[in-house]
Amino acid sequence: MPIDWFPLWLSLRVAALSTLIALCAGGWLAFVLANRTFRGKEIVDAAITLPLVLPPTVLGYYLLVLVGRESPLGKLYEIVFGTSLVFTWQAAVVAALLHSAPLLIKSTRAALESVDHTYERAARNLGASEWRLFWLVTLPLARRSIFAATALAFARALGDFGITLMVAGNIPGKTQTVALAIYDAVEGGNGTLARALVLVVSAVALGILYLANQFGPRQVER
Amino acid sequence: MIEARIRKQFPPARESASFLLDVQFRCDAGITVLFGPSGSGKTLTLDAIAGFYRPDKGRIMLDDRILFDSGAKVNLPPQARNCGYVFQNYALFPHMTLRENIEFAAHAIPSLERHRKIKELVEQFQLAEVIGRKPAELSGGQRQRGSIARALIASPRLVLLDEPARGLDAPLRQDLYDILRRVREEYRTPTLLVTHDIDECFALGDDMLVFHEGKIVQEGRPREVLESPASVDVARLLGLYNILPGEILALDPGRKTSRVRVGEYELAGPYFPGHLIGDRVSITIRPEQLRCYPRDGRPGPNQIPATLQHATEKLDAVRLQFEGGLSADVSRAGFAEARNNREWVIEFPAEKLRAI
Repeated sequence: MPIDWFPLWLSLRVAALSTLIALCAGGWLAFVLANRTFRGKEIVDAAITLPLVLPPTVLGYYLLVLVGRESPLGKLYEIVFGTSLVFTWQAAVVAALLHSAPLLIKSTRAALESVDHTYERAARNLGASEWRLFWLVTLPLARRSIFAATALAFARALGDFGITLMVAGNIPGKTQTVALAIYDAVEGGNGTLARALVLVVSAVALGILYLANQFGPRQVER
Repeated sequence: MIEARIRKQFPPARESASFLLDVQFRCDAGITVLFGPSGSGKTLTLDAIAGFYRPDKGRIMLDDRILFDSGAKVNLPPQARNCGYVFQNYALFPHMTLRENIEFAAHAIPSLERHRKIKELVEQFQLAEVIGRKPAELSGGQRQRGSIARALIASPRLVLLDEPARGLDAPLRQDLYDILRRVREEYRTPTLLVTHDIDECFALGDDMLVFHEGKIVQEGRPREVLESPASVDVARLLGLYNILPGEILALDPGRKTSRVRVGEYELAGPYFPGHLIGDRVSITIRPEQLRCYPRDGRPGPNQIPATLQHATEKLDAVRLQFEGGLSADVSRAGFAEARNNREWVIEFPAEKLRAI
């Protein structure tokens, strides 16, 4: 029986899209957390960390409440896109985002905070606007760590199971990601498919982690 | 001209007790040295002027511009202050070449003029050959010159130097001093230089401010401060003085003489204006102003006997350190004759004694 690679492609697409969103939105959040002082900042940080420790079913439940067909957000989505969000592959993106963004935000915050403040002082002293400071000094100096964090977030997004199952369902050829397909294959006694997918997913994850280490902060550049 | 009055209470932090910075000074063109031990508030003063933190109270004026005024609620951001800051560790951006570093600072200059200026500075600071390198590939001296060039490119109204000679060996230090003197002549920008090195003070300083525990305890020309420290603290900070507790026994304004008791000995000194008989004072005298002889019988007038602890070779003399903390210089020839001698007499030239 030929192996159906659709779940793998779907997973890669979902992970890529969610990582991109996490990088843009999460990067901004990380910047705010690293650079601004405001009341309740550490509570925001704790709330962002929460998805790392809560059971996937809890997160899935929250998501269903938040974007389900009856919720205001769900209704808004339906008006804009003409279709409900739940049980679509877009819902899988949201699930993967929730699964992986906390890791990315936390690591990016740490990366931005670890940039020697003397360089930021120097840049301001030389007349650089905060914009120039960020794009030309802080970001390049933190880029290795942010790269590594992004790779890890991608790998994590690739592996989500529980949240995806709850909000995107397990519809073969539509929302069945690789983690779900493996589950189904094992349940259905399809050992060949399970083995193939397990091996490929492991290899991809290994490759990504290796890449993350390569791009990780190697030495302090001075 | 820079005029500053800065007061800031720093709360106790993980590794430091609370600290109060409370300084007021005014400097004109030339190099003003901020001298004092580590943790006396020198760098914090530079940082306040550069705008890296907000003082609780005070006012900072650079020429006719108000950089900070707590009363009028003015607090310009660092970007708008136009001060060139040379950081202790140079702070050249490690991911940019030297050229990119300098261009980063020259961003606001119109491009034609920018190229001319960069070229000029690079030649002046002998950096033309290494302009394409990253900071990690530069020598200590090149990094130092690069960071000064970067600070000067935007024509700052004030230059702030935080221990620029730190970590440089002696020849590079001399090069740096030459550069700073040239900068002083050519740019005539007022410069504040932080150091705890007294030799640097004399090599570069037109004026000096002596810092101690967050306050300025004396200001003046380095020579004047050296000759007449205003307090025992200053004398101790300069690190150049023997400081002895004494009591004034007699004062004769007519003959311009005095007598002081130091320990169990009586010394003749000059007239000490502003002091009274019976005053307990600190007598200060520099090691090179003392004379030492191997002890031979009873000490003569103005001599105190002392036991040698150890001797240190200096460039042009030998420094003898005696029990009780006195130190005195003796010529190499004088020491060679009496190398194994432990008992010495120290002679105090009457006119060199000072009382605080």
